Amino acid sequence: MENKEKGFRIAVLSGKGGTGKTLVSVNLAALQADSAYVDCDVEEPNGHLYFPMEKEAKTQVYSPIPQVNDDLCNGCRECVDFCRFYALAYINEKVKVFENICHSCLGCGLVCPTNAITFNNSTVGTVSTGKHQGIHVYSGSLEIGKASGIPIIKELLKKSHKEKRLVMTDCPPGSACIVMESIKDADYCVLVAEPTIFGAHNLALVHELVSLFHIPYGVVLNKCTDSKNPSEKYCEENKIPILAKLDFDPELGKLNSDGKIVVWEKEEYRTIFEEMASRIAKEVGHETVVGIER
Amino acid sequence: MKQLLVLSGKGGTGKTTVAGTFVELSQAKAVADCDVDAPNMHLVLKQANAPERFDYMGMDKALIDSETCINCGLCQRNCVFDAIDFLPSTNENKDQYKVSDFGCEGCGVCVYVCPVGAVSMMPSVDGALELFRNGRVFSTATLKMGSGTSGKLVSEVKQNLIKAAPKEGFAILDGSPGIGCPVIASISGVHMVLVVAEPSVSGLSDLDRIVATASKFQTPVALCINKADTNKEKTEEIRRYCQNNQIPLVGEIPFDQKVVEAVNQGKTMAGETGPAGIAIRDVYEKTMGVFWRIQGSNELR
Repeated sequence: MENKEKGFRIAVLSGKGGTGKTLVSVNLAALQADSAYVDCDVEEPNGHLYFPMEKEAKTQVYSPIPQVNDDLCNGCRECVDFCRFYALAYINEKVKVFENICHSCLGCGLVCPTNAITFNNSTVGTVSTGKHQGIHVYSGSLEIGKASGIPIIKELLKKSHKEKRLVMTDCPPGSACIVMESIKDADYCVLVAEPTIFGAHNLALVHELVSLFHIPYGVVLNKCTDSKNPSEKYCEENKIPILAKLDFDPELGKLNSDGKIVVWEKEEYRTIFEEMASRIAKEVGHETVVGIER
Repeated sequence: MKQLLVLSGKGGTGKTTVAGTFVELSQAKAVADCDVDAPNMHLVLKQANAPERFDYMGMDKALIDSETCINCGLCQRNCVFDAIDFLPSTNENKDQYKVSDFGCEGCGVCVYVCPVGAVSMMPSVDGALELFRNGRVFSTATLKMGSGTSGKLVSEVKQNLIKAAPKEGFAILDGSPGIGCPVIASISGVHMVLVVAEPSVSGLSDLDRIVATASKFQTPVALCINKADTNKEKTEEIRRYCQNNQIPLVGEIPFDQKVVEAVNQGKTMAGETGPAGIAIRDVYEKTMGVFWRIQGSNELR
């Protein structure tokens, strides 16, 4: 039970969106009586559509943005020269701040010799928490037009870290910095892949990523048909454990596209996901981690 | 160069399939893949010759010289990105501060606060740019794992295209998923965005956010629905969304197993005769109609 007491974190990722990452993570979370689900895809969050929150608590996430006091500024331009993100410019004898490209490193405030720079909190997005049918839901949302969701992901992870239960983390697509943030503290990674050459190519990218982080992992092959499956071939060649194969099924697709939790809708899908969960438990080597309690 | 960008909010909606098919149908001589996190366009646009390659220099990264470092910890305390780790001594090493490979954003604060000059900024290769010239100019790139500067790389992919094909009048760009910095960099300067949407609760939510992002940059948007027959009610909702927001709906593509087969053979849908192939050619005609009408009206202004 040791793992369970400090919470066990499973990150679900894919080289690209649309592979069924959210389908896998919400349904695995839904198998457990009191699991937690964290949606780190703050650019296009979808998990809350499957787990609409009862009594949702919303908090704003802020980043400190420089504010220049023109009376104190002596026009030395130290701040402008320091900023490697080109977020500051000296125009018409005033320092102008380009808020949307500021990385909030606070460096300009450090270098200013006249203390003309202070920092104001600017909203970058929100974090919502709540429960749906006993599942603890965490969801973040980046404000339109803002460049980086990292402060929101950090806040989501900080909040969900206190969880002492199974935590399913639904990662953003791709393999860039925001994905790294999401998987950094994961105990296990589930990679979801489509049966196309796109799917196999993207799988190879995330495979490289989880290998870099030395996190144990396995693959769920989604939308399988009778045709050749380049992703499956990739798994075999690279000796990656296949946790489950989900067949292409219009009925599952329809339920999922309507925002339904398929393991709650049909016994047949419940069995499929329970098998997936027990396979993960076996891979992790800890039967209690993904116990089936609901 | 008039640029048409294909976006979707989320990957997997068929963006690359649509963009690749458009490239063949239009015989566009200038093409870019702006999805630098997981580029796929090269898989359907087969190239006869090897590309020219360039290193992509991302932001410089901090490096701490452990000989000079006096372990004061000021760098760690001032790094807002939590990118500096303290490693306790081992048999081989004394206590030391180390910059993590992935956390450093290259702001230079650690260099500034270090009292003994132990930190310096080092150039960092964060990926590779590739430029193919095989009858058409195709600009693409791959970002190194976990690098945080994908917006900057997208801008360089586009600059490479414009520099290599300065006289081309029309370009097709395949966008990246999401609404963050790479997407903003993709949208910047394009003349129209074609959104590929999927009929699902997720698809509707993503669609709304990507349209809002494009509107923020005052870029005109047209929309097509892919896999339109997989959820008729949601397709109807997207149609209503287009009507309510005055977004031209340029067509609906049915689900067709032939798309997967074509993709797996490294082909676009341009020559396919199945339902999706027919629909996508219709989407292409309508999209270009809207595109050139908008350009015409812009030039009249």
